[in-house]
Amino acid sequence: MTPHRFLLGKPWIWSFAATVIVWIITVLFTGGASSFGLSQAALTFAAFSVIVGIGQMFVITLGPGNIDLSVPATMTLSGTLALKLMDVQDGMILVGLLASIGIGLIVGLGNYVLIKLLRIPPIIATLSMSFIIQSVAIWSNRGLRIKPPEMLANFTTSDLFGIPNVALVAFLLSVLAWVLLEKSIYGRWISAIGQSMFAARMASIPVDGTRLVTYMLCAVLAALCGYLLASFSGGAALNMGSEYLLLSIAVVVIGGTAVAGGNSNIPGIWGASLFLFLVVSMLNTYGFGAGFRLILTGLIIIVVILLAGGRQSFR
Amino acid sequence: MTEVLKRDEVVAARGVRVTFGAVKALDGADLVIHSGECVGLVGHNGAGKSTIVNVINGGLTPHEGTITYGGQDERGISAARANGVRCVFQELSLCPNLTVTENARIMHPDLKGWNWRSGALALVEAHLQEIFPGHSIDGDSTVDDLSIAERQMVEIAISFAGTDKKPKLVILDEPTSSLDAGLAAQLMAYIRKFVSEGGSVLLISHILGEILSTSDRIVVMKDGRVTADRAAGEFSTRSLVEAMGNVVREQEWARAAATKTGEPVLSMPPRRGHGLAFEAYRGEMIGLAGLGGHGQTEALLDLYLDRNSNWWPTRRREIAFVAGDRSLNGTFPLWSILKNLSVASLGQLSTNRMVDRMREETLGESWKKRIEIRTPDMDNRILSLSGGNQQKVLFARALATTADIVLMDDPMRGVDIGTKQEVYDILRSEAANGRTFIWYSTEMDEIRLCDRVYVFREGAIMEELIGEDITEKNILAASFSEGAAA
Amino acid sequence: MKISSGTIRLLIPAASLALLLAAVFYMQPRAMSYNGLNLLFNLAVPIALATIAQMLIMSVNDLDLSMGTFVSFCACVAATMLQTSPMLGILIFVGAIAAYAAIGVVIHVRELPSIVVTLGMSFVWGGLAVLLLPSPGGTAPAWARWVMTAKPPLVPMAIVASIVIAGVTHFIVMRSSFGVLMRGVGGNNRSVQRAGWSVIGVRAGTYALAGFFAILSGIALVGLTTSADANIALRYTLLSIAGVILGGGQFVGGKVSPIGAVIGALTLTLAGSFLSFMRISPDWQIGAQGAILIVVLALRLALNRLEKREKSL
Repeated sequence: MTPHRFLLGKPWIWSFAATVIVWIITVLFTGGASSFGLSQAALTFAAFSVIVGIGQMFVITLGPGNIDLSVPATMTLSGTLALKLMDVQDGMILVGLLASIGIGLIVGLGNYVLIKLLRIPPIIATLSMSFIIQSVAIWSNRGLRIKPPEMLANFTTSDLFGIPNVALVAFLLSVLAWVLLEKSIYGRWISAIGQSMFAARMASIPVDGTRLVTYMLCAVLAALCGYLLASFSGGAALNMGSEYLLLSIAVVVIGGTAVAGGNSNIPGIWGASLFLFLVVSMLNTYGFGAGFRLILTGLIIIVVILLAGGRQSFR
Repeated sequence: MTEVLKRDEVVAARGVRVTFGAVKALDGADLVIHSGECVGLVGHNGAGKSTIVNVINGGLTPHEGTITYGGQDERGISAARANGVRCVFQELSLCPNLTVTENARIMHPDLKGWNWRSGALALVEAHLQEIFPGHSIDGDSTVDDLSIAERQMVEIAISFAGTDKKPKLVILDEPTSSLDAGLAAQLMAYIRKFVSEGGSVLLISHILGEILSTSDRIVVMKDGRVTADRAAGEFSTRSLVEAMGNVVREQEWARAAATKTGEPVLSMPPRRGHGLAFEAYRGEMIGLAGLGGHGQTEALLDLYLDRNSNWWPTRRREIAFVAGDRSLNGTFPLWSILKNLSVASLGQLSTNRMVDRMREETLGESWKKRIEIRTPDMDNRILSLSGGNQQKVLFARALATTADIVLMDDPMRGVDIGTKQEVYDILRSEAANGRTFIWYSTEMDEIRLCDRVYVFREGAIMEELIGEDITEKNILAASFSEGAAA
Repeated sequence: MKISSGTIRLLIPAASLALLLAAVFYMQPRAMSYNGLNLLFNLAVPIALATIAQMLIMSVNDLDLSMGTFVSFCACVAATMLQTSPMLGILIFVGAIAAYAAIGVVIHVRELPSIVVTLGMSFVWGGLAVLLLPSPGGTAPAWARWVMTAKPPLVPMAIVASIVIAGVTHFIVMRSSFGVLMRGVGGNNRSVQRAGWSVIGVRAGTYALAGFFAILSGIALVGLTTSADANIALRYTLLSIAGVILGGGQFVGGKVSPIGAVIGALTLTLAGSFLSFMRISPDWQIGAQGAILIVVLALRLALNRLEKREKSL
C-alpha cells in the first residue's frame, strides 16, 4: 500500500491535519498561554456538532437526496420539553433523558412516514415536519427559561482529567456509531442502499426498514444533543438549534463522507467539527469578524466538495 | 454504374468492427442504405442490430471500418444529424414535461423567431395528419398526458418532419411496439410514400410481416455480421427465421432426466391476462427466452419482489437474484470484492447482528477457489476486476446464500467464453443438488442449456418448450410474430 | 376540450388560496378592502420573487439552499451601496448574477450535488452580508420605497405586483424558447443534448436568471422594511422551496409553474394572517405552514392517483 493510496483511502486525515495546523497557529499567536483553554473549548463545542453530525451522516449515507432538515427543530423541542419535565429536580434526570429519546423516535418515525406515504423527497418531508416540531416547541416553551437540574448542569459543564464530559459523551456515541457502521449488518445495509437502492433491494436488504431506522437514529441523536446543549447552556432557547442545520451538514461533508452516499466517515466528523471551531477562534484572535468567518467556512465547504468530487470521477 | 450508386448512397458503413471488452458486437459488418429505399433489419438478440444503428447515427465510433454520409467521411452525432439522419429509439426520447409543440422546438433548433409556436404546431399537425390520418392528438397537450401509443406517434411525426431540410434517412427501431394494428398499417403506408418520394428508412421490427411487406431489401444480421442481404421478395417468414439461425452446433448437454416433479416451488398466473402460466419445480433449470425487452426482466422482478420484504429482514432466504446489468443494479462500486460477495448472506455470517469477519473471509476464500475469481486479494475494490470476474462475484453472491431458487437476469451479457463455461458447470452441479434456476438469457447457447424454456413475446409467455424441442428454430419462430401488418 | 395536467396541478393551489382568503374575509370582513388586502399581501411580494428564483433552479432539477442568505445579502447591498453609490451597487449585482451562472456551470461540469454547493454558498453570502451590515441599518433607495408603497387605483400594489411577476415569469418560463429548453433539461437532459443544444449554457442561463429574480426579491424586501440586516431573509430558503411545492412544482422532471409558485407564496403569506384572525396563538403559525404543506402534498398525491387510474381505464 503506497502512502498515496493510504491517504486517498482515509479522507479524514485532511481534516485532522488542518485542525492541528489551525490549533498551532492560534496558540502561537497567543504565545501558548491559551492552549489548554482553547483545546477544552474546542472539544466542548465540537462535541455538540459531532453528536448531530453523526445522525446527519447516517442519513446522508443513504444516498442522494437523503437529508434531515428537522435536526434543529428536534434539538429545540427535546431541550425544551426535557427541561420542563425535569423541572430542576435531580431525580428526574433519567426521565428527561428518556423523554428526549422518545421525542427523537417519534420525530424520526414521523419523518419517514411522510417520506413514504406522501412519496415526497426527504428534504421537503423533514422540512414540513420541522415546521410542526418548531411550533410545538414554541408553544411548550412560552418564553420561559427553565433551568436544568443542578446535577445535570454540573455534569455537562465539568470535565474528567481535563476532558469535558460532553466530549466524553460524544466520544462514546462515536464509538458506538463506528461499531454500528463498520461491524454490524445494519452498517453494511445503509452503505449498500447509499450506493444503489435498487441493487440493495435485489440483494434482499429490507430497504424501507433500514431507512426508517436511520431517520429515527438521526432524530434521536439530535434530541440527545438538544438535551445536552440545553443543560450545558443553562436553559433551552428557541433558536438554540438553528445554527446546527447547516453545521450538521457541513461537518459531514468536510469530514470526508461521500455526498453521493454509501461511504461514511466518523473520525472525519470529529476532525471537521474541531477544525470549524478552531477556524472561528483563530479568526477571532486575529481580530477578524463574523463575516470573514462565514465566508471562509463556505469556501472550505466548496473547496472540499470540489476536491472530493474530483476524487470520485478519478476512480 | 458505380458512379450512380455512389451518389445515391445516404449512409454507408463498411467493414465495421466494434468490440466491448471481450465481446465483438460488430465483426466486419457492411450496411449501405441508398436513397429511395426501405431496408428491413432483422436478427436475434446480440446480432448487432442496435450497435450498427448507433454507428450510423454517430453515437458510436467504430474501432475499424469506414462510415460515410453521402460519400463524405464524417464522424459524430452532429455530423449524422447534419446529413439528415434521424433516429426513433425504442426508449422514448421526448421530454415528458413539455407539450408536443415544445418538443418539436427542441428537436428542430431552426424553429426560431417570435412565432415559433405556431410554426411548430403547424409542422407537427401536418406530419401527424399525413402519417396517422384521423388521429386525435392535440399539439398543445403535455406529453405526459398522452398514451404510450400517442407518444410514439408524436415522436415518429417529429422525426419525419423537417423545416428547411427534410430528413434523408429515418431509423425506426421497433416503431410499432405500442401501436395497434391500424396505426401500424398507417405508418407502414407512410413509409412507402416517404420512400417513393426519395427518402430512406431503416426499419427494425420483431413483426416479420411488417418487414416483409414494407421493405425493399432485407438485411439479416447474426453475431455481428451481415449474413443475408437480398431483395425482400426473395424472403418468406420461414426463410427469414432460418436465415437468422445458426448453421453449425447442436452440441448437446445432458439435461436433468425428470422435470416437473412434485409441487411447483414457484408459480405465477399468465401475464397481462393472456398466454401461459409460469411454474417452476425443484432442481429445474428454466430458461426465459424471446427478444430482449419483451417482459422477461419484469417477470423476474415480480417473482422476486413478491417474496421479499422491504421492511423486515427475512429470516430464511428462499430466493436470490443475479443481476445482468452489473453497473446499474448489481455491484456496489465502493466496496471490496469480499463485501460485494457476502452482502446477501450477512445473516448467516453474524452473531447478534454483528458481522463475523473470520467467517466472512472463510466464505470469501471458499468461493474464490470454487468459482475462480482472479484477484490477488479479496479486499481489493470490486472495480479492479474485469467484467467477467465481477459477474462471477455476483453469481457467488447468489449461490453463497441459502436460497433454493436463483433468478438470473441475463447475467452473462458481455462475459468471455471461458468464464461462461466455468459458470455453466457450477450451475449444473447446483441444480443437481436441488436448486432451481430461472434464467433469462438473450443468448441462444445458454437457452439451449435449460431443461425447460418459456418464450416471451410482448410481455406474455407465448410458448413452452421442453427438452428436445428447445431448438433455435422453435425459439425464433415463437419470438417473432408472423402478424401480417400492412 | 381536455383539461391539461398542468391546469389540474394549478387547481389545488388556486383553490387553497381562495379557500384561505374566503375564511379570512369571513372572520374579518374589514380585510375585504383596499388597505386590508394590501396589509394581508404586502410581504408576499419579496417572497414571491424568491419563490420564482427557487423555481427556476428547481426546473433544472437542482435546489438552492442559499436562497435565504443570498436575498439577505441583496437586501444589504440595496440598503447600502445601491443607496449611496448606485453604480457600485449595480456592479455588485451584476457580479452576483455572474456568480450564480458560474455556480450553475460548476455544478453541471463537475456533476456536484447542488444542495452541498449552495450550502457552501449560503455561508459565503451570509458572510458578505455581515461584512456589509454588521448591525441592522441602512436605508432603502427612494425609488424602491416608492415602488413598494405605491398606491395604484382600485387594486393594491401587492396584488398588482404579484400579477405582474406571475405574468412576466409565465412568459419567460412557459412561452419563450429559453423556457422550453430550460424545462427540457429538467425533463430529459439527454434528448436536449442529442438535438444539439448546449446544456451547460442552458444551466448557466437558468442560474443567472434565478440570481436576477433573487436580487429583485432583496430590493423589494428593503423597499418594504426601509432598512436591512444580515439575517433579514433567512426564512426565505425554506419558504421559497415550500412555495414552489405548494404551487404544484416538482423537485425533478422540470415540472414547474410560475403562476403556481406565486400563488404558493401568497398562500404561505396569507396562512400567517389567517391564523392571527383565527385568534390562534402565533406559536402555531410556523406549524400551520408545515401542516398546510403536508395537506396540499397529500391532496396532490390523491389527485395523481385518480388521474393515473383514469388513464389506465
